[in-house]
Amino acid sequence: MAQDRRSLLRTAAAASLVPAVAGIPARARAQSATLKIGVLNDQSGVYREISGPSSVACVRQAIVDSGITAKGINVEVVSADHQNKPDVGSTIARQWIDRDGVDVIVDVPNSAVALAVNGVVREKNKAYFNSGGATTDLTGAQCSPNTVHWTYDTYMLAKSTGGAMVKTGGDSWFFITADYAFGHALERDTTRFVEAAGGKVLGSIKHPLQSTDFSSYLLQAQQSRAKVIGLANAGTDTINSVKQAAEFGVTRRGTKIAVLLMFINDVHALGLPAAQGLVCTESFYWDLNDRTRAFTNRVKGAMAGSYPAMSHAGCYASVLHYLKAAADMGVAAAKASGADAVARMKAMPTDDDCFGAGSIRADGRKLHPTYLFEVKAPAESKAPWDYYKLLQTTATEDAWRPLAEGGCSLIRT
Amino acid sequence: MIEDLLFRLELGLPQVVLGLVNGAFYALLSLGLAVIFGMLNVINFAHGAQFMMGAFVAWMLLAWGGIGYWWALVLSPLIVGALGVVVEKLLISRLYKLDHLYGLLLTFGLALIIEGIFRNSFGSSGLPYTPPELLGGPPVDLGFMYLPKYRLWVVVAAVVMSLATWLVIEKTRLGAYLRAATENAALVQAFGVNVPRMVTLTYAAGVALAAFDGVLAPPIYSVNPQMGSNLIITVFAVVVIGGMGSILGSVVTGFGLGLIEGLTKVFYPEASSTVIFVIMAIVLLARPAGLFGRA
Repeated sequence: MAQDRRSLLRTAAAASLVPAVAGIPARARAQSATLKIGVLNDQSGVYREISGPSSVACVRQAIVDSGITAKGINVEVVSADHQNKPDVGSTIARQWIDRDGVDVIVDVPNSAVALAVNGVVREKNKAYFNSGGATTDLTGAQCSPNTVHWTYDTYMLAKSTGGAMVKTGGDSWFFITADYAFGHALERDTTRFVEAAGGKVLGSIKHPLQSTDFSSYLLQAQQSRAKVIGLANAGTDTINSVKQAAEFGVTRRGTKIAVLLMFINDVHALGLPAAQGLVCTESFYWDLNDRTRAFTNRVKGAMAGSYPAMSHAGCYASVLHYLKAAADMGVAAAKASGADAVARMKAMPTDDDCFGAGSIRADGRKLHPTYLFEVKAPAESKAPWDYYKLLQTTATEDAWRPLAEGGCSLIRT
Repeated sequence: MIEDLLFRLELGLPQVVLGLVNGAFYALLSLGLAVIFGMLNVINFAHGAQFMMGAFVAWMLLAWGGIGYWWALVLSPLIVGALGVVVEKLLISRLYKLDHLYGLLLTFGLALIIEGIFRNSFGSSGLPYTPPELLGGPPVDLGFMYLPKYRLWVVVAAVVMSLATWLVIEKTRLGAYLRAATENAALVQAFGVNVPRMVTLTYAAGVALAAFDGVLAPPIYSVNPQMGSNLIITVFAVVVIGGMGSILGSVVTGFGLGLIEGLTKVFYPEASSTVIFVIMAIVLLARPAGLFGRA
């Protein structure tokens, strides 16, 4: 009996080895012509709407639009939920690269996770295109030859929204700020532009992340008699702040609200009655021009009823550009070194339906124009998701932090 | 220095009012928890999820059925309460003989599952909900502040609902049966009272209270799947401070802590999410059974 069991075990062990052994040449063969893209983002938390499954849909669209399969190159897409935890994010990134042969990691909202993954990808020499994260450190103190920061950052938001508000008379500010690194950075950057434009900051309140009641902060902001209340927070915190500001009629008495980071999905969640008149900065809007509309029509069907936000567009455009570079330099070379692939991407001008013509700077910053929008009143909105009117375009050369100011080590050497 | 203090006091008065509004939400939620714990001895961790379902049902009624706020105030607690009956019959009723911990684990698991389902179907950034015409419009001028009509209504509704619950439990025959059944279920059953059915209905009533609170929330807070879990931890602290199972305790502590939290938002906003837990720690050290609890 014991003998039987032992032989049974041996057979089972041998059987389990068979697919593994058979798998090795199969994988080696596949690797020669397969690129693997990992979409790492928030699939279940507060940033799901601006990243999540829609980012995956946009990456798949990029693969279709690149026409790369016709050139005999396979592209696989995997995705995972980083749960907004840096440790979870970096563990998944390591597993993907070490075990699953992932070549590119895309999206990664939440600045803390974005920076954690940045380190892993650099260490393993793969490629990293951040679209959902906001921190300027990705192209500053922690810049990396393996990283492109595609869509937006805190500097560009602060400059566009902050500068524009002061110009239209909003020269005294009060901040309601999320009490963590992202909120502090956004407040700091905006303060700089407000003061540079001749405005002053009367005060600020730091609130805990994921607060539910903002009426108290709004009231204090109102009592400071500031002309502009700057919201340096994101996601549901921003939504609740705006909703309650509308409820208390803050804007009715002439105070303006500057939402420093808002995505079109936030406007959708608020509804136009509460969101009308808000001013915000984005680098992509689906209804901006014929090309953005064409892109939106192609991808909309796979997005479960919602429309692409700028973060989704960044996933699309970065992967599209990467595939162009990979086809150009050869898949084997692109897989061998992420830094080489990114260097090739920097050497080629970018052009896509979402951001138009642009380029990638030496520090990894993707350059394109940015847009200041005002949210339409309910009566002005003619179609589903017809939410923005364009107030002002900031040209590419003025929109982003100057190369010398970032302190990126890639520049000095 | 004195000027600064006066300025802060001037800031403080509106905060007291706002604190009471938040306190109303805490009071109603902790009231439901207290009813369930007092009668069933179950720590209902799914309470936050049931609060969220109340809000979502109100949204669905309006968006899909065109049924407005006032009807939702009645229908949503009934619908969510009915789901509560199913949950109690199918799952919770099997756990009464076991340790508290099992009930806690079961309801916590339920909360996670319910939230996950809603997140998958409705996303995480939330849905808009406009308040009814009667309670919308410009805020009321109170002299020292402008208060939206809707917030006044929330306080009134919460006080009326708390009072009604207290009256039912303390002053009616049904309440007397309930209290008797908590003391000695076997004896009450011997008198011909259907105790299991009463327990089921009590759970449903507690759940309905959460859903009622959930209908009050949407015009103020965004309707999103995590709206319950943001509140529930605070509410548990309220229940612990008030004394587990004490109805009066949960209502008084709910309003009181809302007030303290409101004032913290003026004097030291960074601590506003922790102040309640500091108070909880102090109360537990001094009176382990809570302020109104029986040791």
